[in-house]
Amino acid sequence: MQKAILFFAIVFGLNQQASAQECKYTLKGTVKDFHNNASLVGATVLVLNSNQFAETNEQGYFELKNLCGKVVLEIRHISCETKKLRLNITGPTYKDIFLEHHLEELSEVVVTSSSKSEATSIEKTISKRTLENFSDRSLGDALSTISGVSTLNTGNSIVKPIIQGLHSSRLLIINNNVRLFDQEWGDEHAPNIDINASGRINIIKGANTLKYGSDAIGGLILISPPRFSRIDSIFGSTLTSFNSNGNGGLVNSEIVKTNKNGFYTRVQANYKRFGDFNTPDYNLTNTGLRSINTSISLGKNSFEKGYNVFYSFVNNKFGILRSAHVGNVNDLVIAINNSRPATIDPFSYDINFPRQSITHHLAKVDGYKRIKDFGKISLQYDFQLNRRKEFDVRRGGRSNIPVVDLELITNSLLADVTIDQFDNLEVNSGILLRYQNNNAVAGTGVRPLIPDFNKYEFGLYGTMNYNLNDNSEISAGFRYDYAHISATKRYNLTDWNETYNYDELFPEFETGTSSFTSILTRPEFTFHNFSSSLGYIKNFDNDLSLVFNYGLASRMPNPSEMFSDGLHHSTARIEIGRLTLTKEIANNFSLSIEKKGADFGFSINPYYKNIDGFIQLIPIGTTTTIRGAYPVWEYNQVNARIFGLDFDLNKRITDAFSYQGSLSLLRGDNLTDNLPLINMPATNFTNRLSYFNEGFNQLTVSIVQRTVFEQTRFPDYTFFSFNPVTQQNVFVDLSSTPPTYTLFGLQSSMIFKAFDKGNIKFEFNVDNLFNVAYREHLNRLRFFADELGRNINFKIKINY
Amino acid sequence: MRNSRKMKTIKLLAILFISTLTFTACNDEEDHDDHDDHDHEEELITTATYTLTDGTNTITLTFQDLDGEGGNPGTTTVSGPLMANTTYTGSMSLLNETESPAEDITTEVQAESAEHEFFYTTTVSGLTITKTDQDSNGDPFGLATSLTTTGAGTGTITIVLKHEPTKPNNGTAAGAGGETDIEVTFNVTVQ
Repeated sequence: MQKAILFFAIVFGLNQQASAQECKYTLKGTVKDFHNNASLVGATVLVLNSNQFAETNEQGYFELKNLCGKVVLEIRHISCETKKLRLNITGPTYKDIFLEHHLEELSEVVVTSSSKSEATSIEKTISKRTLENFSDRSLGDALSTISGVSTLNTGNSIVKPIIQGLHSSRLLIINNNVRLFDQEWGDEHAPNIDINASGRINIIKGANTLKYGSDAIGGLILISPPRFSRIDSIFGSTLTSFNSNGNGGLVNSEIVKTNKNGFYTRVQANYKRFGDFNTPDYNLTNTGLRSINTSISLGKNSFEKGYNVFYSFVNNKFGILRSAHVGNVNDLVIAINNSRPATIDPFSYDINFPRQSITHHLAKVDGYKRIKDFGKISLQYDFQLNRRKEFDVRRGGRSNIPVVDLELITNSLLADVTIDQFDNLEVNSGILLRYQNNNAVAGTGVRPLIPDFNKYEFGLYGTMNYNLNDNSEISAGFRYDYAHISATKRYNLTDWNETYNYDELFPEFETGTSSFTSILTRPEFTFHNFSSSLGYIKNFDNDLSLVFNYGLASRMPNPSEMFSDGLHHSTARIEIGRLTLTKEIANNFSLSIEKKGADFGFSINPYYKNIDGFIQLIPIGTTTTIRGAYPVWEYNQVNARIFGLDFDLNKRITDAFSYQGSLSLLRGDNLTDNLPLINMPATNFTNRLSYFNEGFNQLTVSIVQRTVFEQTRFPDYTFFSFNPVTQQNVFVDLSSTPPTYTLFGLQSSMIFKAFDKGNIKFEFNVDNLFNVAYREHLNRLRFFADELGRNINFKIKINY
Repeated sequence: MRNSRKMKTIKLLAILFISTLTFTACNDEEDHDDHDDHDHEEELITTATYTLTDGTNTITLTFQDLDGEGGNPGTTTVSGPLMANTTYTGSMSLLNETESPAEDITTEVQAESAEHEFFYTTTVSGLTITKTDQDSNGDPFGLATSLTTTGAGTGTITIVLKHEPTKPNNGTAAGAGGETDIEVTFNVTVQ
């Protein structure tokens, strides 16, 4: 072996002053892939208690000088799980270290492929490979491959993730360490994320991560950028995708330049376009979409210090099914009773009305510095601008004027300190300052549903992680958040005085300005939120581990829950929020038993959530307007309980064949009214059989089956409404759920070595293989049309 | 050196933060000045009037909801009974009375006649309402009607205005599809 004589690469300078006591021994060794013994290049080996570190060279070799006594090593490598190792150095030492590094090779999410953001959290990871499968789909679609994650849809392109039954403001989406603020409160507001810009997504189930907020009642979606090795290189890729359903696809390109000194630049952009999608039986008129996304990142990272600059731009234009635009409750009943949408036009790329047009800018700058014998300090500023326009079918040539036009600006400053100089203890603490401004842009000709507001936030958190012994860790954390919101809103005078009785409850909000029918008010609220977390992990032999989490989270009502009052055009219903809503307080208990391994692995994750003051939007009846009777949906607060079980299993059957399965069980109860909770995901399971032949151009063929059961537990909020035209009482069924469905899919890919440094990957996939007509109860358009029929997808990815 | 550079970065971040803060705050102020713009409900129809005349007598059926959706409910007024065995000429008028002077929505609907249609139904036996006008494509429109009564009786007349219905259609509001812009019901007496 040449290792010993090869020169080693230590990229940045060593600190050698730490040798007060006769520390003169040298630790040599290699870092290798646990699965195939391959050397890992560019892995960092860090001595935690002395701030000394080395990086492995092309043979995976490293060397650390001047060591003695007990040392704790932390070994990191891109997409590997970070490993900690304790050694007692009493003489020159040689050590081979193995890391789990098969993540990149597998094209699926497997239980083993976790690279957790925190040791004691219950989380799942989606690798870059899986994300590529979903490059022309949404974030929600990609996430729903994970057990316990479902989606709340408006049609097929507006997709919101649901984690263990909770969605919208109860999930925090963290993009590149920035908490996404894109008016996530609405059911039809999908997160504005381009998954092609990300390198990895972690889903943290439950309320155990306090760094980003105290209101992650449902969990956290952590989107991380790709990480690059510190080598001189320039590389890129181009992905082209075509789909038969919607007759569209995507072109995505990225180019990355990295430098040995740690400097990197990455530019990525894509264009996505689809025309009308179709069900097995008919065309879904006006469901096309167009999306332009781009991101630029650059920075310089070394172990000691670094900075990152990131900017991303997302522009989405979504058509919404023409027939989903209805007037009063009679129109709705007609639509529900018809098995097909009223308007079915031939295929078109046109995006007419109704539609949404959203732009989201996100910019951030961060910098960090490691301080010897202390830890790491980082500072981050981020700016977000979200502009949402919703267009509707309007009279008098006004269709090109949006009915909803909202601009939300968010500024955040985050300072974070990690103290990791102790052997067994790591402490993390930070401060957040945030200012938000929402502007209901004038000129829509419609009373805005969400008012103008200013919001100020201050957060303070501290967490600590303690190694009890070699195989168990405990973590605990606390967070306090202050939020002050002041809004300007015009209320209907009669509603203010009589319907809601706000003139007696909130006389201080009245400005004294009122007209014949309306009153100008300035509602102001202050919230103090406390949250805490407790986590414990114990690792057993055979890669088996047990994780327990407790989380206390609280969430203030969002602007839509507080201020909505009036007709929400895009949902054809009157939505009524309440200024009297108080914060939601959730207690989360979660347990996970996990076994990692490519040959056999599983995870069993039972959970129990108790939520006091759970805010829900439910149909309560109709109100009479000049347009006839309109369905009214009202926000109310109940005590809720959600419990369930997520189960994953993976097993290698032979060298070529492997199996993966997952199952999600969930039950949600409204304890106040003794009813099931509205919009809870039904029991579902997935089976996947994969064939992999490395020798034959890495041929992968998978058959996937997914079954979603009928949700039999739903609250019955149906009511009768009198139809004066037919002189009949009609049954308005907004509650009952569609039947069980099973879908099959096929995924296959091959990689060809095309030229010197690059390769070409071909992918051929079929969704809904048997062209099944079905409806999903968590799709808001389920009253109007079926879900998508068969889709044949073809992708080519060139890496160069 | 290093410290001063760090200070610079922090200063820069602070300036960025503060400037955007003030920038957005200023924006906000401006916006509040023209805030009344929010109150313009441009497409609102507050008043629907069906005027019936037989040459000598005029009867009006009016639905009025001056504060729009929510708030006070709308009111219906019928000026008097219809005469038996009489033919009336009917015309619809739509107003937005939150504007001053009231905005005439009828002309807006008429300008888009091909995308609109009125539908009339009644429970009064022997009473018939026929549309006497056509839209720009020659299909039934229904702003102008002819109402004929036979014997005495009581019941309701319901008037529906559909936006973007299928045209031509089977003559019923339910069969026409589209979106309901108006659905008002009046109690009438024929004597």
